[in-house]
Amino acid sequence: MIANPASKAEILRRIRAANHAAPAEPEARSAWETLPRNYKQAGDLQPDTLLQLFEDRLRDYDATVTRTSRQDLANAIAFQLNARSKNRIVVPPGTSPEWLPHGVTFIVDEALTPTQLDAFDGVLTTATLAIAETGTVVLQAPAQGRRALSLVPDYHLCIVSAEDIVETVPQAFHRLQGTAALATTFISGPSATADIEMTRIKGVHGPRVLDVLLIV
Amino acid sequence: MKDEQLRNNVHHATDVIQAKRARVVSEMPDWQQLREAGKQIRQHTMQYLDVYLQQFETNCTRAGGVVHWAKDAAEARTIVLHLVKASGSNEVIKIKSMTTEEIALNPALEEQGIHPYETDLAELIIQLGHDRPSHIVVPALHKNRQQIREIFQREMHLADLGDRPEDLADAARLFLREKFLRVKTGISGANFLIAETGGVCIVESEGNGRMCLTLPDTLIAIAGIDKILPRFQDLEVMLQLLPRSATGERMNPYNSIWTGIHPGDGPKNFHVILMDNARTEILADSESRQTLNCIRCAACQNACPVYRQTGGHAYGSVYAGPIGAILTPQLQQMHHAQSLPYASSLCGACYEVCPVKINIPEVLIHLRNKVVEQNTAGLAGAFDMEALAMKTMAAIFQDEHRFRAAQRLGRMAETLLPSTNGWITWLPGILGGWTQARDLERMPKQTFRDWWEKRETNDR
Repeated sequence: MIANPASKAEILRRIRAANHAAPAEPEARSAWETLPRNYKQAGDLQPDTLLQLFEDRLRDYDATVTRTSRQDLANAIAFQLNARSKNRIVVPPGTSPEWLPHGVTFIVDEALTPTQLDAFDGVLTTATLAIAETGTVVLQAPAQGRRALSLVPDYHLCIVSAEDIVETVPQAFHRLQGTAALATTFISGPSATADIEMTRIKGVHGPRVLDVLLIV
Repeated sequence: MKDEQLRNNVHHATDVIQAKRARVVSEMPDWQQLREAGKQIRQHTMQYLDVYLQQFETNCTRAGGVVHWAKDAAEARTIVLHLVKASGSNEVIKIKSMTTEEIALNPALEEQGIHPYETDLAELIIQLGHDRPSHIVVPALHKNRQQIREIFQREMHLADLGDRPEDLADAARLFLREKFLRVKTGISGANFLIAETGGVCIVESEGNGRMCLTLPDTLIAIAGIDKILPRFQDLEVMLQLLPRSATGERMNPYNSIWTGIHPGDGPKNFHVILMDNARTEILADSESRQTLNCIRCAACQNACPVYRQTGGHAYGSVYAGPIGAILTPQLQQMHHAQSLPYASSLCGACYEVCPVKINIPEVLIHLRNKVVEQNTAGLAGAFDMEALAMKTMAAIFQDEHRFRAAQRLGRMAETLLPSTNGWITWLPGILGGWTQARDLERMPKQTFRDWWEKRETNDR
């Protein structure tokens, strides 16, 4: 381990000299409180329009989205996986067994190696919340599984409950504040790149297909 | 400048990003309020930078991370090399990071027998093509699909590779997946460091970032001290401004936020290197400290008529475009300052698109003044080549005979220089700086004055 207290002291000294000040924490805190935030914070859409916006924005970024109900969830999952010919699916610990349809192999993740994860057809997770305006699902570990789970398999089926959808990005951060220190992943559409001639291509290293089941 | 293909590629790419950006920005009725909030958050952060850096260190350490401080690039490289060796790996997987470009990390790693694998598609194209990045967000934007195919065919031994973007992305996926699953040490930059939680945020598209920051046992993140944000909530502003400005997306495919070590999930060892490397000097300059507000979206590059014409390499620096023209000289003790702040027509397009409202033209003018002051100060100034050249030029331009004589002399001298199709590709001595990244057109055989006078004589 390299500890170089001299460098830290020197950098802090330079900053204080540049700012002609050595402020204390409370001063920074009260100055932060006064920063202007007159951008849009709350949403203004009716629940139905909100759902439609979320669906449109997901599709705009090459994800699919299908509405279902809590009662019909197992069937919806079976239908979706059959349509994609996905038979061997990894799920995070704590996934409700009653959701999982017969005829598909579900394996609960227990510290599987990356190579083992790579051998699955896909992954099934829920979402902590979703943002309509940007077509984003937010996953927090450990409830949605460790981060590698929704990354290494090539297919991601994500279950989102309508009550977890917010309209704006600030609303999402407000909800996440209490769990800000957890490992968090924002997913907006499947993995993509625009590095070749600025053409958006679906699928590089993350899951190349993202399907969302929306429980309404 | 003569590389027509390069110019076409740059034009096409910047046109596409600009149109996408304009579309998703126009969707936001509160864009100006977001810009103002973004600017004020960044300004506030710089004002209390010492407080927030220490807060970050405390909270990151509490969460199991290890924080290192580096005064300059050399110290940052030493720390990285030490940590990589301690991790026991002689290979590293890398997330695209302009900061590691800034400190020329890859050559330093290679010198020590450590092989760095770039994992961002564009960076992979650059690395395999032995090229340099030309854009902050899309580093290989100067290459088109045929050129990329040629590089991949050669370097990945894929003779039958097609040139559809999908084919190329698939090739990269296969080539890199094996590295992701095998290599045990990762190196990243950071988009934001969160003082309040000790968290780090990385914004990306492909998933290569997530691979590098979750699969290895050891992760080393290198961040400029300017990357800090006071609180988690501040991300609600930055994560609206950055994706829309950078790639013209409402949100880029993946944002990762993590805090130190998460047991059973991700690396077991996590290090953050907080690097100054002249950022405190910028902070000390009241007129140019706004440069530090930059969140590296590159919207200014896409909007800049000079960048669009020349591409990023012509700037001869790690950070190109308008932001590069102000950032690079300041990061390098005004080295490069002789040319970069002049690579602009001060049209103001960069200021207009900047998500945190950095007044780039204002900083450019300030830096130009600083350059002239430095050059003409004291005894050194009296012998400064450029000042001397300017004085000589002034004397020549003042007198018609002298001017015509100088033109004749120039035509005679340039016959000795190497050229292709009327473009001079090399200049001797101190003039060589001009032709390093651009060509010089030969002087015409006849001047306009000569032609005009001859025309009059012939008419008579």
